[in-house]
Amino acid sequence: MHDKTLAELSQGLADKAFSSVELTEHFLKRINDLDGNYNSFITITEEQAVAQAKAADEQLAKGNTQALTGVPIAHKDIFCTEGVKTSCGSKMLDNFVPPYNATVIEKFNAAGAISLGKTNMDEFAMGSSNETSFYGSVKNPWNTSCVPGGSSGGSAAAVAARLAPAATGTDTGGSIRQPAALCGITGLKPTYGRVSRYGMIAFASSLDQGGPMTQTAEDAALLLNVMAGFDAKDSTSSDTAVADYIATLNDDLSGLTIGLPKEYFGEGLDPAIEASVQAAIKEYEQLGASVKEISLPNTDLAVPCYYVIAPSEASANLSRFDGVRYGYRCEDPKDLHDLYTRTREEGFGEEVKRRILVGTYALSAGFYDAYYKKAQQIRRLIKNDFVEAFKEVDVIMGPTVPNTAFGIGEKSNDPVAMYLEDIYTISTNLAGLPGMSIPAGFANGKPAGLQLTGNYFAEAKLLNIAHRFQQATDWHKQLPATIADQVEG
Amino acid sequence: MSVQPSDIEKIANLARIRIDEQAVPEVVDRLNDILAMVDKMQAVDTSEVEPMANPLDAHQRLRADTPTEIDQREQFQAIAPEAEQGLYLVPKVIE
Amino acid sequence: MEWETVIGLEVHVQLATQTKIFSGSSTAFGAEPNTQANAVDLAMPGTLPVLNEQALKNAIMFGLAINADINKKSVFDRKNYFYPDLPKGYQTTQMDEPIVGAGTVEIQLKNGSHKTIRIHHAHLEEDAGKSLHEGVLSGMGHGSSGIDLNRAGTPLIEIVSEPDIRSAEEAVEFAKKLHSIVTSLGISDGEMSQGSMRFDVNVSVRLKGEEEFGTRTETKNLNSFKFMEEAIELEVERQIDILEDGGEIIQETRLYNGDTKTARSMRSKEEANDYRYFPCPDLLPVVIDDSYIEELGNNLPELPDARQARFVESYGLSEYDAGILGGEATTASFFETVTEQCGDAKLAANWVMGELSAKLNNEEIGINHCPINAEQLGGLISRIKDNTISGKIAKTVFEAMWNGEGTADEIIEAKDLKQVSDTGALETMVDEVIANNTEQVENYRNADEGKRKKMLGFFVGQIMKASKGQANPGMINQILLKKLND
Repeated sequence: MHDKTLAELSQGLADKAFSSVELTEHFLKRINDLDGNYNSFITITEEQAVAQAKAADEQLAKGNTQALTGVPIAHKDIFCTEGVKTSCGSKMLDNFVPPYNATVIEKFNAAGAISLGKTNMDEFAMGSSNETSFYGSVKNPWNTSCVPGGSSGGSAAAVAARLAPAATGTDTGGSIRQPAALCGITGLKPTYGRVSRYGMIAFASSLDQGGPMTQTAEDAALLLNVMAGFDAKDSTSSDTAVADYIATLNDDLSGLTIGLPKEYFGEGLDPAIEASVQAAIKEYEQLGASVKEISLPNTDLAVPCYYVIAPSEASANLSRFDGVRYGYRCEDPKDLHDLYTRTREEGFGEEVKRRILVGTYALSAGFYDAYYKKAQQIRRLIKNDFVEAFKEVDVIMGPTVPNTAFGIGEKSNDPVAMYLEDIYTISTNLAGLPGMSIPAGFANGKPAGLQLTGNYFAEAKLLNIAHRFQQATDWHKQLPATIADQVEG
Repeated sequence: MSVQPSDIEKIANLARIRIDEQAVPEVVDRLNDILAMVDKMQAVDTSEVEPMANPLDAHQRLRADTPTEIDQREQFQAIAPEAEQGLYLVPKVIE
Repeated sequence: MEWETVIGLEVHVQLATQTKIFSGSSTAFGAEPNTQANAVDLAMPGTLPVLNEQALKNAIMFGLAINADINKKSVFDRKNYFYPDLPKGYQTTQMDEPIVGAGTVEIQLKNGSHKTIRIHHAHLEEDAGKSLHEGVLSGMGHGSSGIDLNRAGTPLIEIVSEPDIRSAEEAVEFAKKLHSIVTSLGISDGEMSQGSMRFDVNVSVRLKGEEEFGTRTETKNLNSFKFMEEAIELEVERQIDILEDGGEIIQETRLYNGDTKTARSMRSKEEANDYRYFPCPDLLPVVIDDSYIEELGNNLPELPDARQARFVESYGLSEYDAGILGGEATTASFFETVTEQCGDAKLAANWVMGELSAKLNNEEIGINHCPINAEQLGGLISRIKDNTISGKIAKTVFEAMWNGEGTADEIIEAKDLKQVSDTGALETMVDEVIANNTEQVENYRNADEGKRKKMLGFFVGQIMKASKGQANPGMINQILLKKLND
């Protein structure tokens, strides 16, 4: 069953080819049998999943079905789940069991989806390799000595290894798209404000956005149909009308203008990835699209700008982890200062502490204008580049990442080199635009991702563009050899 | 711009993170790597650019002044490191 | 050397909303600890703030009341510092772009002169929780403090004055005027004992005629007019002593202890925190338009200055009396109800400022907790007016009303306090007094007109005594004059 897409599984449930309990138990068994190889889950919610599946089967029997009724998925361990540990990949929250659900979780519950468990991630979503997790590195199913990308690496690996048909992720600087590219799956970061952030543990509030990580664009549309929408609990949530993302998947692409930013094809890009991307563009031309070279002149400022804004916001967002009301508290604090400083020293990992310090420095007296304010100004310049570009093109395409999955440990001692891996994904977050990564072939035997960036709230268009590509190609159906061997005949 | 060990001490105190004395040089180096990368911004003239705090330039929505919450103290304090008589306990606060 | 005091005030006013500024938790005072602290107030991971419209409206109303500029765009910032009563590790406040800009407040001093205090700005922010220290609770872990976050997130406006205040008296008058404005607007309950209004005072001194300000100190968190006055006087004295001894003032934060009447340094500027303010990314800029402001302006309740003028105009009160009765919303409304009930503003004013006010002061309770309501007091005064009782008996009735013995009519009836106005009965009393005091009658009749007037009081007193105060004094006068002059 795990070789099927979410859409196919949904159809199978409707056709009574199998029950939700059978389906759920199948995936739970896969996780229990195989996740030792990938470390993609932090928590497996076996009992809850089976109970949810039984309830779903009752609904299915009554004919009360929605698209996701009875379909199992996995959630990044950044979404708060009532009664289920939500660690955010951190020792700080290793004992944290929230008494409330994130809005996204509420929506999936209401849609009848089953939760298999919580996936591994970089600590507080700070990382591009999943190596900063308190729960250990996640391994890339295509090559278990390589990273799956991050921060939603657990979700990406789980979907790539078919331990879950689909998963949720979050993306602050590329954390959905980059691991999707490295693991050969489809990932969508919606427009900022499209998906509620309530109950999604904040890294950088003005950049964070939740989205689907799936096998196909069609599956992403199914998930986004549930996730998207206005939430009165999130001031930054948008009340722009939500489209039916399934309805326009098959729209014709003739007349589509694709923009190729020249800055995305320069130095540092692996030629093998570039070749995959160019081949994908050719495929789009076959589908009736035309191509135009564009310029996003401030691209090289995106990483510097991001590494001021994100750490600054994070430095305040993570102040609540103080050992007083929940989470980790150091042993025998001798006074209040000791409670704070030791709890935070012991509870946070190195990368998180590093970013808190960078953010604290950038906001401190005398540096605010040179760092934070400057970055907010650059941010507008970056946004303006996109606004100009979208006057001429319908979608912007390029590589998702400059390199394929790197070896575990290879870059962990060089934060700046790691940061620069996000060079193509970060500007999308700064501008607040929707972006996708879809499988576009292989480079050096590892998956290569094609990134699509759309205009504000153009998720339906992006999904349509991605879906048509997936109708014409089968890169998204490729499986790592070890997984392909497990597929029943 | 670059940081010195004394800056780290100040920042770490503001952020309430203890840093082992031996670890300070390494932290200083790493932070300086990042700041060097970030300093690329300084070359750009932004004097005419309005800072952007929110990508949609959206405005704040308002909530009606109606109570919506029930008492959940028990659930919240069940996950607290130390709570007694309904209060969260911390080492003595000295003003 | 003659010294001049320079004072600036920062006044925190709790807004009278049903819910917190960024969450739907109740703000009702006095609940069990942490029962009004929800996931947002506790800064649970992933939770987010949404602005309470009433808090915004209240702040705008205050701005309109002090003729301030209302900023059509205002921004919430994060003020970062660690403290156990601050769950997020930052306070959400407004720094560079507050909702209320510059305005002015007029105060009247005891010598009758008026003065304008400029307001720099007023901004919206959230209150912190409370730290309860050892000893407050029995059996609380040794060496621990307990944190109650019920108050965390209660909406506040912080009103920041310019350093226009020159004495403790001016500071108190200014604070009282603010209290009067916010209670008149109904945007705060003004309950000082519950911390609804708290003052930080910035004090410096300089030689008279000096242009530059001296080094100032800030005394924080004073929660009564009295403590504020004491703290200022103490601090001025301390600074002058230091300067006259050739010392220097250190810029610092100080704490005043109202019980011991002493103050001490809390932290000096060198140890001052670096708050790292930046715009809160979870909240967006608050943007309002002219019609929103206009609508609030059109529906603004009567302000203290306007009310005082009206009291002079429509009730014929003196400016002084109008100031006392019209200054504070609860008192003003109490007075107006009494007046309406009894139809005599002068009598109503005398009673509210006299008997009632003295009793309230004596018992240390506010007029909003007065056991006698305005209708009851009005009823009592009506009985004086229609001669059912005398002013003196009215005081007895007042005492009984205070003790909850019923309305004026019920008490008069039960205690049989009705004034005797029956001519026959009064004539009998007068005759008796004349018969029993022949000597005084003789003296009276021999005295001249001027002296007679004074001597008349003796006979009235005797009759009142005989009637246990119930005789109608006006009628007694008439009858007495007639009989004595016969």
